[in-house]
Amino acid sequence: MPRKTIVPENTVDELSILDEEGRADAELDPKMDRDSLLKVYQAMVKARTLDDRMITMQRQGQMGTFAPGRGQEAAQIGSVYSLRPTDWFAPSYRSFGAQMWRGWAIDQLMMLWDGYFEGFDLPEGINDLPFSIVIGCHVPLATGVAMAQTCQGTDSVVLTNFGDGASSEGDVSESLNFAAVHNAPIVFICENNGYAISLPFEKQTKIKSIAHRAPAFGMPGMRVDGNDILAMVSATKEAIDRARSGGGPTLIEAVTFRMEMHTTADDPTVYRADNEVARWTARDPISRFEKYLLASGVLDASIKTRIASDVDEEIRLGREKFKQRAKPNAQEVFDYMYAADMPPELKAQKNEYLRKLAARLAGKKLTPV
Amino acid sequence: MPKMNMARALNLALKQNLASDPTVVVMGEDVGVDGGVFRITKGLLEEFGPKRVMDSPLAEAGIIGTAVGMAAAGLKPVAEIQFSGFTYQAFHQIEQNMARLHNRSRGRYKVQMVMRAPYGGGIRAVEHHSESREAYWAHTPGLKVVIPSGPRLARSLLHAAIHDPDPVIFYEPKAIYRAFKEEVPEEPEAFEIGKARVVRVGSDITLIAYGAMIRPTLEAADDLEETHGIRAEVIDLISIWPMDTETLAASVSKTGRAVVVHEGPRSCGIGAEVVARINESAFAHLEAPVARVTGYDIHFPFFQVERFYLPDSEAVVESALEAVNY
Ligand SMILES: Cc1ncc(C[n+]2csc(CCOP(=O)(O)OP(=O)(O)O)c2C)c(N)n1
Ligand SMILES: [Mg+2]
Repeated sequence: MPRKTIVPENTVDELSILDEEGRADAELDPKMDRDSLLKVYQAMVKARTLDDRMITMQRQGQMGTFAPGRGQEAAQIGSVYSLRPTDWFAPSYRSFGAQMWRGWAIDQLMMLWDGYFEGFDLPEGINDLPFSIVIGCHVPLATGVAMAQTCQGTDSVVLTNFGDGASSEGDVSESLNFAAVHNAPIVFICENNGYAISLPFEKQTKIKSIAHRAPAFGMPGMRVDGNDILAMVSATKEAIDRARSGGGPTLIEAVTFRMEMHTTADDPTVYRADNEVARWTARDPISRFEKYLLASGVLDASIKTRIASDVDEEIRLGREKFKQRAKPNAQEVFDYMYAADMPPELKAQKNEYLRKLAARLAGKKLTPV
Repeated sequence: MPKMNMARALNLALKQNLASDPTVVVMGEDVGVDGGVFRITKGLLEEFGPKRVMDSPLAEAGIIGTAVGMAAAGLKPVAEIQFSGFTYQAFHQIEQNMARLHNRSRGRYKVQMVMRAPYGGGIRAVEHHSESREAYWAHTPGLKVVIPSGPRLARSLLHAAIHDPDPVIFYEPKAIYRAFKEEVPEEPEAFEIGKARVVRVGSDITLIAYGAMIRPTLEAADDLEETHGIRAEVIDLISIWPMDTETLAASVSKTGRAVVVHEGPRSCGIGAEVVARINESAFAHLEAPVARVTGYDIHFPFFQVERFYLPDSEAVVESALEAVNY
């Protein structure tokens, strides 16, 4: 036959388990135990509450520019749920819900977003990379970490998340290719929240689903309801297990929505209509999960109240700690530049810097040396 | 003459050039519907439509690479990179296409395009949003690099950049987008690329700066005069490449002393080039080594402590006094 249609080897599945009323597909329900369900629920509530708190703090001048994650709680916590501490997580910048699940403290995240370098002190006991402000830039890094696991014969896997906008960066396409060619143990999660700042997904790419890129690179893909925590847990668990057992990479598209502004510096009314946001409010990941938990008896009014107040208290304590720690420390800006001894020129610059710094902190005029 | 800030002045330059020349196009992330994250392209999509004002997918290499292609085909793209910290995503396109296509087509294809990007510190921004790496582009043969220091200059310099037949890197000091207003004439004017400007006349020392550093440098000149009786001449470099050696040489030949100020890292920075030029052109007149007041050779600090990194007027005064008392 001189002409025929050829199809790629890998396929793309679509997965959704919870409907908008919180009813689960009985066959697909991952049937998590009660404690796990409550733990996940609490993590989602914590992410949402912290989100609101950080926006308020920013508006009151107590926080730097901040990128809220409202609406993406299921996509984020579902993604990292099945990772082991020894696995690696390479997050994009809009990931604090997932980062808290991994062990990042609230005060630490506040330090980061309020412009303190100490915010990059990585929590002990987990293999995470610092989040990436530069879009897509961390994805090759994550892929390299995964390739290293193969070289070193570990059974650790890597999970990295990035946005729909990031999917246009060469870095991301190159990573997908490397991962597939090297059969690297990595899970790529594209959190498709509908927008890259002002650009809607339809103008970012001509394809209907980012997951369709997976077969093009030679790996399985999945398009998952990203506002459905059960679907996110199931899909990533499957991908993580596959990676761990030598089955190579997976690309998961988590279809979700950015309910808030891009960052606190952004005004979304310029580029999107309120009714679009309202449509997605009906699909809110937390209220859907809540309905499921209430119907199955895992949650009731009193547990819900307890969780809300536990979360409030945890955030209050985190914020207290942040306030105590939030003292500009200008001494260290040279200290992590090189792993080896500082080159003499840099040492001289550091001395000059510290001299000027001391004068400025003391409110003194600089005097010529 | 209407008074406007630098953001509006840049918008005016884009608008007038889109209106007067159908081959001018504007492209970049969020430049259309959103009008750009700093609102420099505000209203342009509405006025000129999506063929002239294009929202790009999130890919800087794509933006610059396709802009060069458009230029080769006869358009005059003005491509915005949202922050200069993301120009590295387009590094290979800048070096290998933007800077070279004219040369490697032996003059067949002109690359008449502008890459605009906000640069520099001082706005309490997150990581990667505050650096000054103009030296990369000044170091790249085939490009021109210009930086305005205020509204009127910004408008006339962008006008000149769009009209320049060669690729121009246009860095915008974001700290002063809305810091002050100036009168900007309605009629287009062009500031000649390759020229520096003496913005304050003096006889005792030459202070050389550009971009957002002009303001602390002028403050330093005031302080030197009021407190120390030293009359400083201040040069706004404006054109980083080509660099106006003549203006530098004429000033230093008169004053015998110089301090160069910039935000970017010191080593192999623009200051090093300025010092070399002064050495080559005015060595016999020098009474003291030419000093540099610059950023340090470190990554731009997180914003809580950025003020200790950025050169300020006091640091300029200190270096100037050292030079005078040498
Ligand atoms: C390489 C790079 N280009 C541009 C930017 C500016 N920027 C920050 S966030 C953003 C949009 C990102 O969209 P997406 O990848 O969908 O992630 P989301 O913000 O929706 O989480 C842009 C353009 C950047 N940080 N890095
Ligand atoms: Mg997005």
